[in-house]
Order: sequence, then structure tokens, then C-alpha cells
Amino acid sequence: MSIDMSQFHQVFFEESFEGLDIMETGLMDLDLGAANDEEINTIFRAAHSIKGGAGTFGFTDISSFTHVMETLLDEMRDGCREVTREAVDLLLASIDCLREMLSAVDAGDEIDQVRKDSLQKDLESLLANGSGDSKPQSVQQTVESSKDETTSQGIWKITFAPHPNLFKTGNDPVRIFRELKTLGVLTSIVDISKLPSYFELDPEESYLTWEMKLDSECSEAEIDEVFAWVDEECELTISKLTEQVIIDDSPEEEITVVATEEKTEIEKQDSVKPVVARKKTNKKAGSENSSIRVGIDKIDALINMVGELVITQSMLSQISENFVESDLEKLRDGIDELERNTRELQENVMQIRMLPISFSFNRFPRLVRDMASKLGKNIELKMSGEQTELDKTVMEKIGDPLVHLVRNSLDHGIEMPDVRKAAGKPEVGTLQLNAYHEGGNIVIEIVDDGAGLNKERILSKARENGLVGEDEILPDEKIHELIFAPGFSTAAEVSDVSGRGVSMDVVMRNIRDLGGVVEIKSEEGKGSTFTIRLPLTLAILDGQLIRVGDHVYIIPLVSIVESLQVESENCNSLAGKAELYKLREEYISIIRLHKAFNITPDSTELTKGLLVVAESEGQKVGIFVDDLLAQQQVVIKSLETNYQKVDGISGATILGDGTVAMILDMTGLVHLSRNNPVAISNSQSLITEEAVA
Amino acid sequence: MASILAVDDSASMRQMVAFTLKGAGYEVIEAVDGVDALNKAKGKSINVVLTDVNMPNMDGITLIKELRKLPNYKFTPMLMLTTESSMDKKSEGKSAGATGWLVKPFNPDQLLGTIKKVIG
Repeated sequence: MSIDMSQFHQVFFEESFEGLDIMETGLMDLDLGAANDEEINTIFRAAHSIKGGAGTFGFTDISSFTHVMETLLDEMRDGCREVTREAVDLLLASIDCLREMLSAVDAGDEIDQVRKDSLQKDLESLLANGSGDSKPQSVQQTVESSKDETTSQGIWKITFAPHPNLFKTGNDPVRIFRELKTLGVLTSIVDISKLPSYFELDPEESYLTWEMKLDSECSEAEIDEVFAWVDEECELTISKLTEQVIIDDSPEEEITVVATEEKTEIEKQDSVKPVVARKKTNKKAGSENSSIRVGIDKIDALINMVGELVITQSMLSQISENFVESDLEKLRDGIDELERNTRELQENVMQIRMLPISFSFNRFPRLVRDMASKLGKNIELKMSGEQTELDKTVMEKIGDPLVHLVRNSLDHGIEMPDVRKAAGKPEVGTLQLNAYHEGGNIVIEIVDDGAGLNKERILSKARENGLVGEDEILPDEKIHELIFAPGFSTAAEVSDVSGRGVSMDVVMRNIRDLGGVVEIKSEEGKGSTFTIRLPLTLAILDGQLIRVGDHVYIIPLVSIVESLQVESENCNSLAGKAELYKLREEYISIIRLHKAFNITPDSTELTKGLLVVAESEGQKVGIFVDDLLAQQQVVIKSLETNYQKVDGISGATILGDGTVAMILDMTGLVHLSRNNPVAISNSQSLITEEAVA
Repeated sequence: MASILAVDDSASMRQMVAFTLKGAGYEVIEAVDGVDALNKAKGKSINVVLTDVNMPNMDGITLIKELRKLPNYKFTPMLMLTTESSMDKKSEGKSAGATGWLVKPFNPDQLLGTIKKVIG
């Protein structure tokens, strides 16, 4: 029977990546002086599993590479080899290589042979000279048989005397005879001389001995193979007789030299043919896989809730059948119950997509360790709130931005040890990663006690890039936010770690795409704190409903700064092209929704409506609307999949009354109104009116 | 229908073994480590035990030792899954009461052949 092994590959890759994570964390936690046996054993087992699986599924490169790592770890766990920093570093580098190899095989790509061979050589040389006591070098080998393997027709004499407790290991001579029979013609004589009397007999012990003759073409090795398991539990002799000469004392039947009947060849232990998965798969190798682990308790809670929902639903059905007015109260209660059930169900379903942020945080100990040693700095990482849960997709997308921010802190934030000492700070810099829930959001903080943002440098760079006017004076937060501008970087040299000036802009955009915000607090000489606020889920939005004419739109609450009534004296026009509103000390542009979407408002007079001040890409804009309606949670439905992409709109939702409301995309809106010539020319005339008024 | 207890902490190995054996008509019970296996063995009558050696919580050799203490499992065939390099594990296993072993890596046919040897 041939089985398609590829159906098990995906599970193997998943568990191997998990195993590598366990190895990595384990290695980094190892106390170099006094390594705990159980800890090393855990690391060893992970390597052993990967090797075993790789061998079974035919990934020989991975198997042989992991084998060397496993040997090294085996020596460590047996106490034959000291756990040195050198060994740990080498193993960590090997883990990286293995990750790459696994990803490559998963995707059907070629393995980086050069990298693998080089690391394997390093591992082998460490094994060879290192501080290991001589343990038998075990290199993968096929079964070596020291016995003669020549096959030829002959008669074998086999005496088999099992020890008394053969049965206690679950062995049975009958099986052995059965197997011998598959090699040739078997005759046997039993010797019962050791059998004690009935009353002394222990039925669980073996007292019998057999003398057998096997007429076969097989080799001695094959016969040995049959007895392999009971080798140490019996007295065994195997010798070959020629066909003519019969060396034997006891009377026996005539040996019939017959052609052997069924002759099944005992399968030799060949090495498994390498069946490396070279098919091109469409799956993306890496952290984004399409499955998620969910605790059984969450599933059980869901099942309960659906049960409740069904009960409520049948109750409501019953009421609606033969409905009389006096049932109205019951109906209302039923609907309340329905709302409760639905809300509970919604909350719990959201929970399923939630995973603890530790999955994301776990990469940082290694990252900080490697970077700190690369930069020559002394840095301690403290993490808190690793169990804080967030949506799986949000977590996957926040990964890279977090890495960028952490790298920045390590590279630019925390100073070199001598600089810190001179400033009276402890030589060891501290980087904190905190996560917690607040409101309907998850908050992630990256705190360092480094040098803080240098306002002077930022300002001068911004002036250089034309982002800020020569004489413009900005409050501190504004200066800090400048680092999010595209292409901005004050790093003196472009290190390969950061400094290309690309990261911060991308960070900001990624966080915005997730519906989140980033805040900076920094004090020169003391340190910086980056705070990321993200909604707990991507599918639901807290929105502010607004009305323009007959149309209802939704502005994401997270983008709204404030709403106000328009005071005509604060309205201005700038070179007749755009309308501005003076909001305290700053000027913000006004976007007339009715112009942008070409609809009829209640009134075009600014003072008759409301201005919703919203933020887009660090800039504030004022959205002119007729009225503010309720604030509510809305489920985001994609416009793209149901219709097509529309500028200025990020999605749609269905309101309680069944109508469709569009969700505004702030960034798109700003561009729209800037480019809309109708809006510009119309507003020109309107502004002159208002300016005069 | 014979029942086989397959013990391995690696999910992919368990799946492969279970799939292979079920395909040949055996009933398969899976366990993730020695403790899990011992519990399952106590709860059901099993004809063959197939166990990996390196597992958390209770390793394969200890599992075999513990199983042999149970009256129902005195003579049950128990096979260890070993790798070529662990010769010493084989004798350790035998002293613990293992019937025999199957060398990793193995392919489905080798697995079926060995099981057939043991329960015919």
C-alpha cells in the first residue's frame, strides 16, 4: 500500500517551527554556569523530534543537519560537555539556518546549501575538539551487519533456548517460528527436559528449547534478524550445514530439500529515498499560516451560547405564532434576551481570533540580545502583559512595526555604556515592552531610558527637508511627530539596523491601516516612550454617524478630535483656493462633504451646520456636516469585494433600519477634496461671500 | 479488530502512524506522552503498544516499565521507536520489558510489516 505522506507535511512544518522556538527560548534561558538537566533535555527533545520527522518524511538535508545539533545537545544533557557561550551561539545560529531550510522546503524552494554546509562544519568541529568526553560519534548510518550476508541454498541448524522470562517482554516463540517459515522450510524438535512437574510449573515462564532445521536460500544475517529482539533473552546458535553432511545426534524426520515456497525478502533497512517536497505550493512560508489554535474551553463556551440563542429563537417563534396584543410584553422581553445572547455570542466569537501578544513579543529577547551585542551596548529587556490578547491578524501586522520601533530604541535611543556612565545613568540600559487593555483597545508601550529624541536635530532636519518653515515654532509633540514623515531620518550614518529613514513612515502607515494610533513622549537625556493604541479587532469599528442631507455617513471615532459649531469669524480663505477654519491657534482646512460626494445638503452655509474635526496623516481637517447622529459600533463590510474601490470611502455597513451607510476614509477624503476642481471653484465664490459677511 | 496504542509527542509522527495503521484495519489510540498513554491503557484493552522514547512528562522506557506492572499488560507486545544512534536505549528498553523496537526513520510498509510480525 502506498500512502501519500505529503498530507502530514504541513503538521510537521508547523510543529517543527514551534520546536525551533522552544529550542531558541530554552537556549537563551540556559544558565551558562549551572545548566539545568531538564532544560537541556527539553531542547534536546525538540531537536530529536524535528530530526525524526524530517527523516520519516524524507527531508534528508534537514535530518542530517539536525542530527549534528542533536548530538551536541545529547552530550550536554549527559553531562559530557560543558554548556559554553560558544556552543549556545553556534546552536542559535543553527536554529536560524534550520528555520530557513524548513521555510524553503515548505515553499518548494532550494535550500541554501552553502549556509547549511558551513554551519554543519562548525558544529562538527566543535563536536570533534570541544570539551566533550569521547562519546561514540554517531553519524547516521544504514544498518551494518557484521555477519555474513551471502545467500545460497543450504540447511541451517538453529538451537533456540529462550530464558525463562521471555514471555515477560511480550515475546512469543510462535512468532519467531512463523517468521522463520517465511524464509524457507522449517522443521523443529522440542526439548522438554527442563519442564518441571505440574505443581512446580509457573505458566508465565518458558522452559522449552527447540532445535530447528531451516532449509533456505537466506543469509545468516537474515536469520539473525528474526531473533534480533530476543537476542539477549535466549541462548542461540546458528550454523550452516551442507546439504549432504548432517551433523546431528537426535533422530529426526527426513529433511526434504524442497524448493522454498513463499520467500518473502526481509526488508533491509535502507535509508529512505529522499522525497523532498519540490512541488510549488501557493502557501506563503513563514508566520502567516491560515490556522489557529483555540482552547477547547472557548469552543465549549460558544456551543453553550449558540444553545441559548436557539432557545431564545424558538421562544420568539412561539410568541409570534398566534400573536395577541397582550403578548407584547413577552415579545419585548424575548427581544431583549435575543440582544443579550447576540452580544455575548459576538464577544465570544471575537475571542476565538484572539491570541496572547506573547507570540509577537517572543522574538524580542533574541533580537535585543543579538542587537545589543552587535552594537556593543548593555541592554536589559523587560516585558509585561505578554498574556494580553489581541486579534490574530492585528498581531501579525503589528509585528514589523514593533520590530522597527524596538530597533530604533536600541540603535538611537539607548546610549553606549560609557556615555551612560558619564551621564550618571546605570551602564545597563532598560527597554520595556508593555501591553494592556484599555477601553476597547490594546495598548502597547515601548519604553527606553535612553537619550530621548533630540528636538534640535529633528527640527533642523525637518527644515532641511522643507517640512517646516524656517521660522516656524512647533510645540514639542509636533516636533516629535515629525519623525514619522516619509524619508525622515536624523541618523548620522545609515546603519544596517536602522537609519534609512524608511521605517518610521511605514510604521505609522501600518498602524493607521489597522485603525490604530501612535503617540510619542520623550524627554532629552531621560528616554522615550512610544505608545501604540490598536482596536481589538479589525472587523468592527466604533463610529460617529453624521448626516449630510438625506445621507448618513460614518466617521471612525478614533479619527475624531472634536466637533463644534462653526463661528463665522473663524472662517477664512487662503488665496481663494481653500477654506480654512481657525481652531484656537491653528488653521485647519474645511472639507465640504456635499461637494466631495456631490449631494444636496440641508444648507451650504457653514454656520448652519457642524464641523467635525478629524485627523488624517498627522493633519487636522474640519468636515462640514449637517448634523451629528448617534455613536455606535458598526460591522465593517468591504465595498471592494461587493462593488469596487471608491476614493474617500473605506467600507460600508448596514444600519439598524436596513439602510447602507458609507464609512469615510479620512486620507482619501483629503485627497479628494484637494483635487476636486468643482469644489475649489465653488468654494471660491462661497468664501468671498463669507469673507465679506 | 486489534487495537494499537501509538505514543509520540510529535503530532506529525502520530498522524502518520495512525493513518497507516487505520488504513490496514487496526484500531488506533493516540497518546502524546507516557502519562497520557498510561491512562489510556488503563481505560481500554490494548493489543500492541508502539511508543517513542523521548517524550516529556514520562519517557517511553518508563512507560513500558509502568505498563508491565499492570496485570493486563504483562505479555502485551510493546515496541519502542528508536533511532540508529541509540543502541544503549535498546538494551535499556529490553530491561524495562520492551518486546522489541522499530528503527526511525521508517516508512509505512516497514511499520505495517513489524506490526504484522507481532499480531499476525
